[in-house]
Amino acid sequence: MKTTNDNKAASTASSSKDRQGEGTVRITGAEALMRSLKHEGVETLFGYPGGAIMPTYDALYDHRTDLHHILVRHEQGAVHAAQGYARVSGKVGCAIVTSGPGAMNTITGVADAMIDSTPIVIICGQVGAAMLGTDAFQEVDVIGVTQPITKWSYQIRRAEDIAWAVSRAFFIARSGRPGPVVLDFTKNAQTAMVDYEPAHVDFIRSYRPVQIPSDETIAEAARMINDSVKPFVLVGQGVELGNARQELIEFLEKAQLPAGFTLLGLSALPSDHPLYMGMLGMHGNLGPNVMTNQCDLLIAVGMRFDDRVTGSLATYAKQAKIIHFDIDPSEIDKNVKVDLAVVGDCKQTLARVTKLLDKATHKAWIEGFRPYAEKEMQKVIEPAIHPTEGPLLMGEVVRAVSEATGNKAVLVTDVGHNQMFGCRYFKFTEGRSVVTSGGCGTMGFGLPAGIGAALGAPARTVCVFCGDGGLQMTIQELGTIMEQRAPVKIILLNNNFLGNVRQWQYMFFNKRYSFTPMMNPDYEKIASAYDIPSRTVIERVDLADAIREMLETDGPFLLQCAVKEEDNVLPMTPPGANVDEMLLEVK
Amino acid sequence: METNKNIGAAECGDCNTCNMCDEKATRNEINNAFSVAVPKKSGEGVFLSHDGLTLYTMLIYSENFAGILNQITAVFTRRQVNIESLNVCASSTPGVHKYTITCYCTEDMAIMLTKQIEKKIDVLQASYFVDEEIFILEACLLKLSTPKTIGNPEVSRIIRSLGARIVEVNPTYSIVEKKGGTEDILSLFNSLNELGVVLQFVRSGRIAVTKSTVEKLDRYLEQRESEK
Ligand SMILES: Cc1ncc(C[n+]2csc(CCOP(=O)(O)OP(=O)(O)O)c2C)c(N)n1
Ligand SMILES: [Mg+2]
Repeated sequence: MKTTNDNKAASTASSSKDRQGEGTVRITGAEALMRSLKHEGVETLFGYPGGAIMPTYDALYDHRTDLHHILVRHEQGAVHAAQGYARVSGKVGCAIVTSGPGAMNTITGVADAMIDSTPIVIICGQVGAAMLGTDAFQEVDVIGVTQPITKWSYQIRRAEDIAWAVSRAFFIARSGRPGPVVLDFTKNAQTAMVDYEPAHVDFIRSYRPVQIPSDETIAEAARMINDSVKPFVLVGQGVELGNARQELIEFLEKAQLPAGFTLLGLSALPSDHPLYMGMLGMHGNLGPNVMTNQCDLLIAVGMRFDDRVTGSLATYAKQAKIIHFDIDPSEIDKNVKVDLAVVGDCKQTLARVTKLLDKATHKAWIEGFRPYAEKEMQKVIEPAIHPTEGPLLMGEVVRAVSEATGNKAVLVTDVGHNQMFGCRYFKFTEGRSVVTSGGCGTMGFGLPAGIGAALGAPARTVCVFCGDGGLQMTIQELGTIMEQRAPVKIILLNNNFLGNVRQWQYMFFNKRYSFTPMMNPDYEKIASAYDIPSRTVIERVDLADAIREMLETDGPFLLQCAVKEEDNVLPMTPPGANVDEMLLEVK
Repeated sequence: METNKNIGAAECGDCNTCNMCDEKATRNEINNAFSVAVPKKSGEGVFLSHDGLTLYTMLIYSENFAGILNQITAVFTRRQVNIESLNVCASSTPGVHKYTITCYCTEDMAIMLTKQIEKKIDVLQASYFVDEEIFILEACLLKLSTPKTIGNPEVSRIIRSLGARIVEVNPTYSIVEKKGGTEDILSLFNSLNELGVVLQFVRSGRIAVTKSTVEKLDRYLEQRESEK
């Protein structure tokens, strides 16, 4: 007997007849899925049909006006679009695909969502329960494959389980530290009739999404901050995921705490806020990286000490006491041992600590960041964003686009130099404005994620920066953009290279450019085949006008910028080097 | 250029400026140094070797859903920790399964493993213990050659002195069983194996209950019930 108290549907299946009464209707499993999705507030879905999910697509046909289904051109595109949608909207992204190859094509996106804590639910078809384990046509052990890369994955084998499983899936995806959930939906469960009644799972006894730290812990955190002369805050995506932007601002401002930001946390504070000290990590800003090894107290909020942020752990912030605010207890002491853990939802924990903070100015300490900022400005930033001669540079394109949107747009990037320059030089005023593949570094993420972002934040301008390599990994999604007229502004930073890898070859492999130069197609021709307006900029003088044209054009636009072929992203902490050993130039 | 021992820490997987991989590789080597060596030929013993690592016993409770064992073992595999023994059964709480898993590792690793296991949605609780904190039971079965045994009085002396029990004797083989701790069981096997009489040997997974006077799982379930 099952005593799991949230497992209602699963344990009462045989008695479902008895339960038929008020509030239940007899419908197919596929229709039950539609209603369950609507019950969870789903409005937009990304998907691709196929044999094992056809009954569901048939049901979807009746819902084509109330469930906005976007037909992508490859299932990887569906998941990345769902991710982009989730990241900008704060809602759970949703994708529907078929069994076997359809499900397998989502895997990269599922792994990406796992490591970047993105709430998505993937529903994939599966062969009928009677055929499971027989190597049936398009049967793949999806649960086996996805268990290690999902927050939860579950096979729905009976129509009676649908309402419960879908509700549980959305609850798990969005609560606590968010993440991807996969529902493997057998064909028989889609076609069977069921007495449907909406389910509402908001409690799972084996899963505590949020812990509440004691008053002593909160007081200790405040005491450590109040005692600190040189405090430094590391802000991660957790702040945005926890909708704690306002709480962060009050926390930082009350005690005047300077802060550095991870790649995914960049828009948690307006870029021109006086306490915004810049980006952390391998290609982050000099000041925040150097000061990590000079502060006396490091306060990490919703970030996970990724190796791209810490560099060598042996020398990382050894001089400082460390407080770690995180919702996920398994992140505590994982990479960096901390002196105090505040495990909980930072929206609450930050507010509780802020109440106990003394007002402070930390004037001299904050001033100490300035020489580094000035040095970086002069040596790296100015030459990157305001060059006066030579070919176009990625940095100047990024900054010009950002400024042309009033720094209000959503930045979506692919992976590589385009991502690093994008994140370094784009500026933010609003929250939930960075959509990039952080932990996985998935090339091909940008274009489909941009489609999702455009649908998830319809009132905002969405700018996708991608490289010539990454664009081609999911270029088929131009078809989706064409069909949806999705207003995605695509800025192709074309350097005829797999630029990021080329830089590493230049620096660490004796300039042996092993398979990084790349022959490119005529992207304007491709855009025109998809009926997407485009323009190519080669000369600096044309850039501003081209950006203006892109932003003034309704709907999608492809702006190709022919940028310097062998540029390097700087500064750089070489992999495994100390966080404060950033190179400002490469020889 | 030296090749990295542990591809994965750096995206390139191969880079001469990076000491991070080496740092990690050393950590993994420590975590890898476990374990019970399998005898190559009859007469060679089986011994526990720890190389400075501790044998931890993990007690894990989960909902009775299919596929959780997979999720739990994957947590060990991914961190290159070998499972020494594993036992799964229904617990005293209806609907709750209990896993008893042993492995050699550092305490830091034991903490990491239990946290990562507990993170799985349907896992209720995961804790680690050293031998002093738990009551332990293991068992073994030995199949001995009867003809070889009969001519050797040392065999029955060992069986008696180590508290094992003969449960079957026929002209071809004899069966011996023993309950006890890992060391006791291995010394029984090693002693008999030296005499060349062992046909088959099997040792069970460890089972364990805590010595604590507090039932952590019950507390957890009560607390969750009140939070419902
Ligand atoms: C799916 C995938 N394959 C390979 C890589 C390794 N990789 C990282 S950046 C990069 C080069 C990207 O080239 P491009 O898209 O042209 O961007 P650029 O760096 O030139 O801006 C590669 C191959 C990756 N991150 N993801
Ligand atoms: Mg390129």
